[in-house]
Amino acid sequence: MSLGATGNPNPEANKNGLLAGSNLEKVLRAGHFAVTAELGPPQSADHLVIRNKARHLRDCCDGVNLTDNQTAIVRMSSIAAGAILVQEGLEPIIQMVCRDRNRLAMQSDLMGAYALGIRNVLCLTGDHQSFGNHPTAKNVFDVDSCQLVKMVSGMRDQRVFQCGEAIKGQEPRFFVGAAESPFAAPVEFRPYRLGKKVKAGANFIQTQLVYDVPAFETFMEKVRTLGIHEQTSILVGVGPLKSPAMAKYMKESVPGILVPDELIQRMTKAGASWAGKKADEMSKEEKKARSEAWKAEGIKICIELIHKVRAVPGVAGIHIMAIEWEEAVRPVVEGAGLLPRPNMHEPPRTDTD
Amino acid sequence: MIVAEQKTIDEVKTLLADARKVLVIGCGTCVTVCFAGGSREAAILACSLRMASQLEGHARDITDVTVQRQCEWEYLDQAADQIKDAEVILSLGCGVGVQAIAERFPNAWVVPGLNTKFMGLPTEQGVWAERCAACGDCVLGLTGGVCPIARCSKSLLNGPCGGSEGGHCEIDPDTPCGWQLIYDRMEKLGKLELLMDVQPPKNWQKARDGGPRKIVREDLKLHHEE
Ligand code: SF4
Repeated sequence: MSLGATGNPNPEANKNGLLAGSNLEKVLRAGHFAVTAELGPPQSADHLVIRNKARHLRDCCDGVNLTDNQTAIVRMSSIAAGAILVQEGLEPIIQMVCRDRNRLAMQSDLMGAYALGIRNVLCLTGDHQSFGNHPTAKNVFDVDSCQLVKMVSGMRDQRVFQCGEAIKGQEPRFFVGAAESPFAAPVEFRPYRLGKKVKAGANFIQTQLVYDVPAFETFMEKVRTLGIHEQTSILVGVGPLKSPAMAKYMKESVPGILVPDELIQRMTKAGASWAGKKADEMSKEEKKARSEAWKAEGIKICIELIHKVRAVPGVAGIHIMAIEWEEAVRPVVEGAGLLPRPNMHEPPRTDTD
Repeated sequence: MIVAEQKTIDEVKTLLADARKVLVIGCGTCVTVCFAGGSREAAILACSLRMASQLEGHARDITDVTVQRQCEWEYLDQAADQIKDAEVILSLGCGVGVQAIAERFPNAWVVPGLNTKFMGLPTEQGVWAERCAACGDCVLGLTGGVCPIARCSKSLLNGPCGGSEGGHCEIDPDTPCGWQLIYDRMEKLGKLELLMDVQPPKNWQKARDGGPRKIVREDLKLHHEE
């Protein structure tokens, strides 16, 4: 079992001009089009679930997001899951939401995560607990996502805790990420909110799922006018659709996701051979065949979306959210012509400074 | 105002247990205005409890009285005799009123008849909504008079989360998104630039997180000559 750079002070982080020295940072710094993916930890204490899902993601992305009690449902800790990925030789991006922890717990966990070899953190607000399986819980929201970004980058750059006290030993050095939902309300404020996060210190951004490319282009136009894309790396959220029902659900029920009708029609058409059949009239094999047909179309659409968003100026990469469908990541990345992923094990510069 | 609503009659009956002599005490201030615990509600609740006790064959002596403000001892003193005489005091004041009775009358057994909900205002006939969370460090000057602490479900200080849609909050379509309200107002007033600064983490020490709060005004205190 290798724990990589576990706990060792990393003087290189400053000398080589890198902030955290994570693989994702190096990939972006070298100007490669970055690919990240998502792994949802299990609702159990089973480490094998993480290791199995990791198999599907190995060598096909530059970093793996570990969700943090996503949709307010209790799951294995993102940091613990991230440490397992380090053991597996994959690059974790731990997500941290403001719902469940106050600034003491967050800073303590950040130091622990760094000591375990984790180098990327994505700072999020977090869904309200009323969505999840503990709706009667008390929430925290001691800091918001913008303030969390500032806290994590302050620990790295000023070597201080949020209270202003100096960190005497090794400071946690993270490549700091934040999220933005380009189409959530109020839509006109979104580029500015993104700007605030970048001002607070966000080194990279992962967006909510994008299916509507023209709407995303409009958002990016504003982002470019504000010059934000030059101060951070924007990774566009993409995700393969699994079925027409999922596409409709996302369009109607998930805030900030726009799914054009054309894509819903394409998904419906992919299952046309089984159209009009009720679920109880279909054999297991038929259902499976229909599901495969939908999934193939979903992956195809996802690949097309990647090509389109890649052409939008200011886009530095993609973030693939294949929720509970990690197997889809490789065909998507491969289909988009993004394999093999760059090998950043070599130091980016060999000259002395 | 402080907005409250009555507990169910069943819960009230449980709180009264087998007490024979009950005083229902209303309050003439906030809870009168929100129709939860004024003289009218005190009289109606006393009457319902009387009827219930008769039906259940468990006779109780139930009277009611309303003071102008349960949260000030001098008003409570006006009902001192009735309070001392009762086995159980059922307060229809807010949580402050209940505690004022307990503090002023050390031997009285007082139980709450209301659930105190929030500080807010009536938005239409029969509807009250929360407006202030008493965080102790008012930020309304930054947000155009719409409170991000009380009206955003996550008390965010730097703008809306990704759950805002169509003017409502992600928690429920009937809850307006506090940040949409802030944005709309700031835009209308031409003050959007005030939302562009990164607001630092809040000092929650000034809120309830710092422990029970107290204000001492030396200028108002009565100083006795030595
Ligand atoms: S939707 Fe609006 S009110 Fe609800 S938590 Fe998000 S920003 Fe706050």
